[in-house]
Amino acid sequence: MSARIEATGLAVGYGHRPIVEGLNFSLQPGELLVLIGTNGSGKSTLLKTLAGLVTAQKGNVNVLGAEPGTQHSLVGYLPQHPVSSHTLPLRVEDVVAMGRFAHLGLTRRARAEDHRIVQESMERTGAIAYKSRPLRDLSGGQQQRTHLAQVLARRADVLLLDEPTAGLDLLGRQAVAELVAQERARGVAVVMATHELSDADTADMVMLLAQRVVAQGSPTTALTDAALRECFGFTQPH
Amino acid sequence: MAHFLFGPFLDNEFLRQSLYAGILVSAICAVAGTFVVLRGLAFAGDALAHGVVPGVAAAMLFGFSGVLGAAIGAGVMMSGVSVVTRRYRLSGDTAIGLLFVGMLALGVIIQSRSRSFAGDLTNILFGEVLGVSKSDLVWQFIALVAVCAIAWFCRRPFLLLSVDDGLTETSGFSVKKYHNIMLAMVALTVVASFQTVGTLLVLGLLIAPAATGALFARRIGTMMVVAAVVGIFSTYVGLLVSYHANVAAGASIVFCSVLVFTACAVVVEVQRWQAHRKDIHHDHDQPHMHGHVHVS
Repeated sequence: MSARIEATGLAVGYGHRPIVEGLNFSLQPGELLVLIGTNGSGKSTLLKTLAGLVTAQKGNVNVLGAEPGTQHSLVGYLPQHPVSSHTLPLRVEDVVAMGRFAHLGLTRRARAEDHRIVQESMERTGAIAYKSRPLRDLSGGQQQRTHLAQVLARRADVLLLDEPTAGLDLLGRQAVAELVAQERARGVAVVMATHELSDADTADMVMLLAQRVVAQGSPTTALTDAALRECFGFTQPH
Repeated sequence: MAHFLFGPFLDNEFLRQSLYAGILVSAICAVAGTFVVLRGLAFAGDALAHGVVPGVAAAMLFGFSGVLGAAIGAGVMMSGVSVVTRRYRLSGDTAIGLLFVGMLALGVIIQSRSRSFAGDLTNILFGEVLGVSKSDLVWQFIALVAVCAIAWFCRRPFLLLSVDDGLTETSGFSVKKYHNIMLAMVALTVVASFQTVGTLLVLGLLIAPAATGALFARRIGTMMVVAAVVGIFSTYVGLLVSYHANVAAGASIVFCSVLVFTACAVVVEVQRWQAHRKDIHHDHDQPHMHGHVHVS
């Protein structure tokens, strides 16, 4: 089976300044790569590079066998702080339906299948409970569930999730872990940035970043006390 | 009372014509203004409105179509903003600010060569709603159809742009391309509206009715409908006030739309305050509810 994502000697950053260099990894269908690190360590920049929003500075990277940012309907990206403008008059179901736009393009009419996927995505995240409410009236956690449903509605082969558990309580975090497991069972490759070490428990690969790759490998080999101390300056309770 | 409200429009052909123009302009501004408010393009819209001034001034001086002059001015303004932002790495609002004052100053310089400098400049800035001709109405109707067609055809990228540039790009729509199409739609709106409310006041009809719509609407379409209703209501009341009180018509229309927004904002605030109070009473009446774990 061909790799969903492949990166060799990859350097990511803005302008001419790399934030992280020498990234080498390969992600197969159904695999989960968890990125852990301090703020500014390069997690979000790597995700943006894989999404095609930032150009790779060095090395090679391909997503689904092509340049990042070219397979729009097959790659779902959840940004760190999805915008929820106070003026935006959008109901939850409208926001989730936007996840189908990459498939619909400019002119194709949404079909019954598109509506079914939107409905199902809201059911999976629990956003169905407030589907007719305006996004601006919801709590941070409810908005996060709505944005997650939007990404799921893309029915992507690769998911790039930037802190998907931010703003969620314990039950919400467990729900995200279940969703990620379901997507992986469907063959979706997932790259997830997080501050929660527990999010890495089921990962195939963990990358510990601090403007360089501190450690990389399975959760048990990468999340050692020494690596965590080097990354965060102290050992986090796991 | 009925004669006070309807008489001026029934008795005066020129006032009826102005009302038709106001309705058309309100509808155009409702569609374009919705995206101006959602994308945060108020400053760009203002700059485009002032960018048409040198074009219109040149048209008056050299005797060609004012609409053509305005279109050229808006085109120069849009291209200028794009070039300055891209080549000199200045932020969008700096580029817009530079061209805004530059184009306005150029417009005043060109207009100062005219014999009726003050009168013509007043017409450009504040409009001539009471001097609208049938051909103006035809042109405004064509502009309304064009703006609606652009908004409908580009509804998906425009909606995405209103939420987030990253989401737009990762959904397969070019941010640069559709942002420029949105600006072109705003430019068309300005060109179609400046004769009625003037370049200085067109921003009022772009922003105030759409912002009023944003207070109540849960969907973009509803926001546009509310904006159109507010715009048309403001046009009617503005023209009526202008007729009875003998004050400037264009300014009365725009001032009325801002008053409607203010009144609606106060109503929304009061509703929120009442809902908040109701929540507090509900919590006091049912203290056991505090024991529930809120799963967000």
